[in-house]
Formats: sequence, structure tokens, C-alpha cells
Amino acid sequence: MLDRSLVARRDRPLGAAPTSNDRARVAPAPAGVRLSLRVRGAEGLSSLGLGLAINRMSAEGERFSARLGPDEWLLGAGEAELETLEGEIAAALGDRFRSVVDVSHRNVAVEIAGPDAASALNAGCPLDLSDAAFPAGSATRTLLGKAEIVLLRPTAEPLYRVECWRSFATYVHGFLVEAARTA
Amino acid sequence: MLLIDCPFCGTRPETEFRCGGEAHIARPTDPSALDDGAWAEHLFVRSNPRGLHAERWIHAHGCGRWFNAVRDTYTDRFVETYKAGEQPSHPIDDARA
Repeated sequence: MLDRSLVARRDRPLGAAPTSNDRARVAPAPAGVRLSLRVRGAEGLSSLGLGLAINRMSAEGERFSARLGPDEWLLGAGEAELETLEGEIAAALGDRFRSVVDVSHRNVAVEIAGPDAASALNAGCPLDLSDAAFPAGSATRTLLGKAEIVLLRPTAEPLYRVECWRSFATYVHGFLVEAARTA
Repeated sequence: MLLIDCPFCGTRPETEFRCGGEAHIARPTDPSALDDGAWAEHLFVRSNPRGLHAERWIHAHGCGRWFNAVRDTYTDRFVETYKAGEQPSHPIDDARA
């Protein structure tokens, strides 16, 4: 008979339920519109968050704009706002050469909130998520375990939005649930 | 964890980056004028120093930008990083003995 202390705890690999840990709650975010905007030389413009510094974001309700690189923005909005958002891009950029790709079907968002959310994320994300290094309004592409994610922190609350590709969603969600349980 | 200073994003963990080999290799302006030896030299032969080495890196899981870095191949220490098209402020020819 094997000593009970040597028997590893067995977790079911599938069907991970939302975590009940109040210090790090994981929940899938509702579906929404996301556009990937690439444009050069638009830093001087103020609308749509085009004037943000690199790795900064602005958010208002369901709308958000995150600058992920020198010429790349991820724009988000509610499910019914695709045409509105496209109209705003056209109004802001006029004839300027750009690329706008609708990635709403590619991206899936999971939110993790609570005082231990950052340490749960740090189970797979090597970034410094302290308030000094990753304050409110931070947004960046990074890694969570083996999956590439976009990590957004819209407000000073310990609430992080993890955007990943659809095919990575079960992995990312399962990873966060597991990490939140032990955070 | 090794930290790399992306010229666009600041100091970030190494796992977000990929290396793209030696930097500042100029493509011959008229490849068809080269013989096979000279073309092979351009494609495959690298300096491979023991010491400071200019390399191309991409912040693949970040801003997605290519940039250049001077790294010491002996200590694996990054001496400086700079944007593509710029020149390093460190002389990169002081290889170790």
C-alpha cells in the first residue's frame, strides 16, 4: 500500500469550473468587437487612443484602445459597435494609409480580478505586475505559459483582462483557474 | 531570468524575444555579379566573436519590432540595444583574447 502522503492530488484535466477563490476570480468576458489597427505616423492624433504611449491603454465602458507597438493598436467595443468604430477610424484617419482587421472572432477575453490576481497571472506571465511597473492603464502583448496573450489593466482595481487567440482559450482559461486556486 | 531592454517597450523578459543572428550585414547591391564563393560568404559566414557581438533581435511576443543589440557572447550580458538603422555607441570589435 502506497503511503498516502506520496499520492499526488489528482485534478480533472477537463471541465475546470470557475474558481471559487475570492482573492482571484476568473471569468470569461462577454463577446465583443476587436479591431487590429496598424497605421504609421498617427501619434499626433488624439481620438481613438492614437495619442497613447506604447503599452498604454484607455478604456470607457466596453470601449478600449491599447497601443501595443509603435504602429499597432488593439481597439475593443461592444458587440453592436463595429460600424460605429469603423466610422470613427475613418473619421480620425481620413485618407491616411492604414490596415484595419476585424479580429473579433480570433480573440477571446478572460478576466481575472481580486487581490491575488497579479500573483495568479505571474504563475505563467514573467512580467513585473506590481503597481509601480504595471499601473492602471497598462496594456501589452506578452506570454502566459505557452500562449501569447494581450494583458490589459484598464483601471487601478486589481482587474486584468487577458486577450488570447480562440484556439488558446481553453488552455489560457484552464491555466488561470488552476493558478487562481493556488495563488 | 535574463532581461532585455527593448528600445520601444523597456526592460522585458527574455522569453518574449527571438534572436535573428548577426546585425549590420549589408546585402550585396548586385548579387548576380558575385561568384558562388562570395555569395556563400554573404549568406553563411559570420564573425562569431568571443566578446561583443552586434545581433538582430525581435520582440516577438511584445511590440513585434526588430531592433539591434550588442551582447557579450562570453558573459551573455546585453551591453546595449538600439533601433534598427542606428549604429551602436559601443565599438563592437574589441573581442576578448
